[in-house]
Amino acid sequence: MNSNLSLSYIFIDSLLIHNFVLSVFLGMCSFIGISRKQATATRLGLAVMFVIVASSALCYGTNLILVHYQTEYLRIILYIVIIAAMVQFTEMFIKKTSPALFRELGIFLPLITTNCAVLAVPLFQTSREYTLAQSVVFSVGASGGYLLAMFLMSVIREHMELSDPADLSRGAVLTLIIAGILSLSFMGFAGMGGG
Amino acid sequence: MGHKGDDAGQHGVAYTPDGGIDAFLSGLWEQNPVFMQVLGMCPTLAITNTVQNAIVMGLATLFVLVCSNAMVSMVRKLVPKQVRIATFILLIATAVTVVDYLVKALSVPMYRALGPFIPLIVANCIILGRAEAFAAKNPVIPSAMDGLGVGAGFTFALACIGAIRETLGAGTFLGHPLFGNHFQPWILFQLPPGGFFALAMWLAGLNAWRRYQERPRELAEAA
Repeated sequence: MNSNLSLSYIFIDSLLIHNFVLSVFLGMCSFIGISRKQATATRLGLAVMFVIVASSALCYGTNLILVHYQTEYLRIILYIVIIAAMVQFTEMFIKKTSPALFRELGIFLPLITTNCAVLAVPLFQTSREYTLAQSVVFSVGASGGYLLAMFLMSVIREHMELSDPADLSRGAVLTLIIAGILSLSFMGFAGMGGG
Repeated sequence: MGHKGDDAGQHGVAYTPDGGIDAFLSGLWEQNPVFMQVLGMCPTLAITNTVQNAIVMGLATLFVLVCSNAMVSMVRKLVPKQVRIATFILLIATAVTVVDYLVKALSVPMYRALGPFIPLIVANCIILGRAEAFAAKNPVIPSAMDGLGVGAGFTFALACIGAIRETLGAGTFLGHPLFGNHFQPWILFQLPPGGFFALAMWLAGLNAWRRYQERPRELAEAA
């Protein structure tokens, strides 16, 4: 159905036009909860990116098997198992290669499993019937969009720390308003790439 | 992500022998997942452009919450601590698969409107959060009641946000026109930024209300 879309369009579309965080509303919890410090936010973004790209390719293969044996109803369950395994693998990998980073990310690493952006990539690529190449490009674009949004938000919030916002905007309110304005500006990308 | 789930555990109500009414009521307001704990943001922002979508999404989540809480509570003594999160997620994924096919069977237009957000209930942090904070420690009936309460609180919050977005963004409520022909819809509220702004409005309103509640006490302390 979508197999004639060009790879560059899929990339720009998932990175900017339909940015996973700012216009499809995925991965919101980490976007609001873990965007206070730029360093942590970017590193988490990179870890999520790795999990998304790897699990998306694995899920593509799994889906072929599921379709072959006509057991599509197992899709959600298998996808989440693959993602959980990938997260576990990433956790062990980071622990081995960079114990400092492991300590810094701490509890947030295992929670990548319940980041809906991670599950959404394989679900979208399945429902849009992307080919393998399209799926890989889509997963890189989408997770790059997540990283971009995390980076922008954390940089803005680091600056906001120094200001003195109104009392009413305690808690998540200020973050949500910033996100709304970011989302407005990302709407300007609509129509890019031509389709 | 359920990074606030641990926090919720500390405030989690202990099991009381009244059949879980307390668990139900506390989930509805005191521990309202959206307004109080700011969890489960993805569907809260994405599926609230109309009240109807918001309510269906809320009910689907409620169903998953009740099922997963009950199942988690049933197996809570059998599962070793190390693999409990994986087990919980599998149970949740099973419940979500049921809802996915249920919504598809009941209403195809609704299924299209909610799109990928039905399977994404698996990754809704509220559900894993309740499994971990409440169902893993309590018997089946209070756990199911807790799921019912939190699910009802979630549905209520989604409907509140949906009400703002549909009234301002389309000038209708549950599909009925409200303002007559001269109304220019404020399209922004139907688009993604409107979701952020509508939720920010509710949370700011709650902050204002809380401040108003605290005022007499502050005055008394100052005197």
